[in-house]
Amino acid sequence: MSIFEYNGSAIVAMAGKECVAIGSDLRFGVQLQTLATDYKKIYKIHDQLFLGLAGLGTDAETLSQRFAFKHNLYRLREERDIKPSAFGQMVSATLYERRFGPYFCQPVIAGLEPDGTPYLCGMDSIGAQETAKDFMVAGTATDSLLGICESLWRPDLGPEELFETVSQALLSGQDRDCLAGWGAVVYVITKDKVIARTLKGRMD
Amino acid sequence: MAQAGGFSFDLCKRNEFLEARGMKGPGFTKTGTTIAGVIFKDGVVLGADTRSTAGTTVADKNCEKIHYIAPNIYCCGAGTAADTENVTGMVASQLELHRYATGTQSRVITAMTLLKSHLFRYQGHVSAALVLGGVDFRGPHLFTVYPHGSTDSLPFCTMGSGSLNAMAVFEAGYKDDMSKEEAMELVARAIRSGVMNDLGSGSNVDLCIISKEGVEYKRNHEYLQGKTYERQFPQRFAAGSVPVVRERVYDIRKAVTVVEGEPMEMES
Repeated sequence: MSIFEYNGSAIVAMAGKECVAIGSDLRFGVQLQTLATDYKKIYKIHDQLFLGLAGLGTDAETLSQRFAFKHNLYRLREERDIKPSAFGQMVSATLYERRFGPYFCQPVIAGLEPDGTPYLCGMDSIGAQETAKDFMVAGTATDSLLGICESLWRPDLGPEELFETVSQALLSGQDRDCLAGWGAVVYVITKDKVIARTLKGRMD
Repeated sequence: MAQAGGFSFDLCKRNEFLEARGMKGPGFTKTGTTIAGVIFKDGVVLGADTRSTAGTTVADKNCEKIHYIAPNIYCCGAGTAADTENVTGMVASQLELHRYATGTQSRVITAMTLLKSHLFRYQGHVSAALVLGGVDFRGPHLFTVYPHGSTDSLPFCTMGSGSLNAMAVFEAGYKDDMSKEEAMELVARAIRSGVMNDLGSGSNVDLCIISKEGVEYKRNHEYLQGKTYERQFPQRFAAGSVPVVRERVYDIRKAVTVVEGEPMEMES
């Protein structure tokens, strides 16, 4: 078994017109046993920047704390929030530092740059960055998510339509993965508000 | 936590233990690439495809594989994506500092030596296969750097999983002292043969032409693989198509607004 399939997760992020959305499933399990159904894999870095961590739960937890710590130090030193693109570089450098003994995590970063343009990027577990203009997926359901996103995504979606598109993709993608599911959470980030919605999904 | 730099090996023991218990380690994003370069009359042409893969899945359909090293030097990377990205980035910053210290243009051979000494130190575990090209005061140079740290200096070279396809085109079509246009066409054709015939390579052709006059970075010089289909009736979802259990809205408008003020009176 792959270490990435120990806990299971599904993460999707999509870019819209001056908005981004990122969502994850809510299952936390150990192999085939489900332990919790309210476990979000999305971490807030600041108001305009969210980080999704797929993979081994223990490493996701550790990494999210390290990034929160690093962002706090950045804020003290720079007196501003970190730009999503700069944060992407930081995550990449943090993961590549462990090139020969990696954290078993695949991050997805979604945020709005200071000028309001959406920023999306994903990485493998050793920090090979991949920036996308359309969508980014991670977790155990990537194969089914990739297909549905390729089909549903359109350029310049507004915040409401973007939410529906991400949610539809996430729910139908995770339904084809035994290790992910049990509801979902989606964050839509716009210039002046963040909308967090918990979705009803299949509970099997 | 704070450390000088370099790799950290603190998770190796744990990961080794997990692997011994039958947990497979993660697969990394590879470039699975066709990259190539030729020397022509007054410079070098570098070329690359734009596919990156994770196993057999296409991870990125349009990635960049021609990396900046110095204003007069560029480098194509094949192998593990994170390694090519970081190894070229490290050498680029070392050369930048070297230029500030010496006030001279970077030499291609310096970049090549920095790359090979790093790769040799890691005995092939940093898996970056590179095609390095540039022009300095000695003229055009082209090198291949292998993951174990050995190097070649050749008038034309290829690397990556599509290297055989590209090399076949070079062997058939290479001439000494080609014009810029001839060289560009030859490299594009070599990359194209990788894109079409090698499963690890795909999408588009990037070119980078370096001569004494300057650099032309032609991103997607040949855009081969756009979408071949268009949804006639794109899927549109009406608001409320997904069952929402709970909704929270956070107002994140900044409390501080900057207002234009009156300029202060100054004594003249």
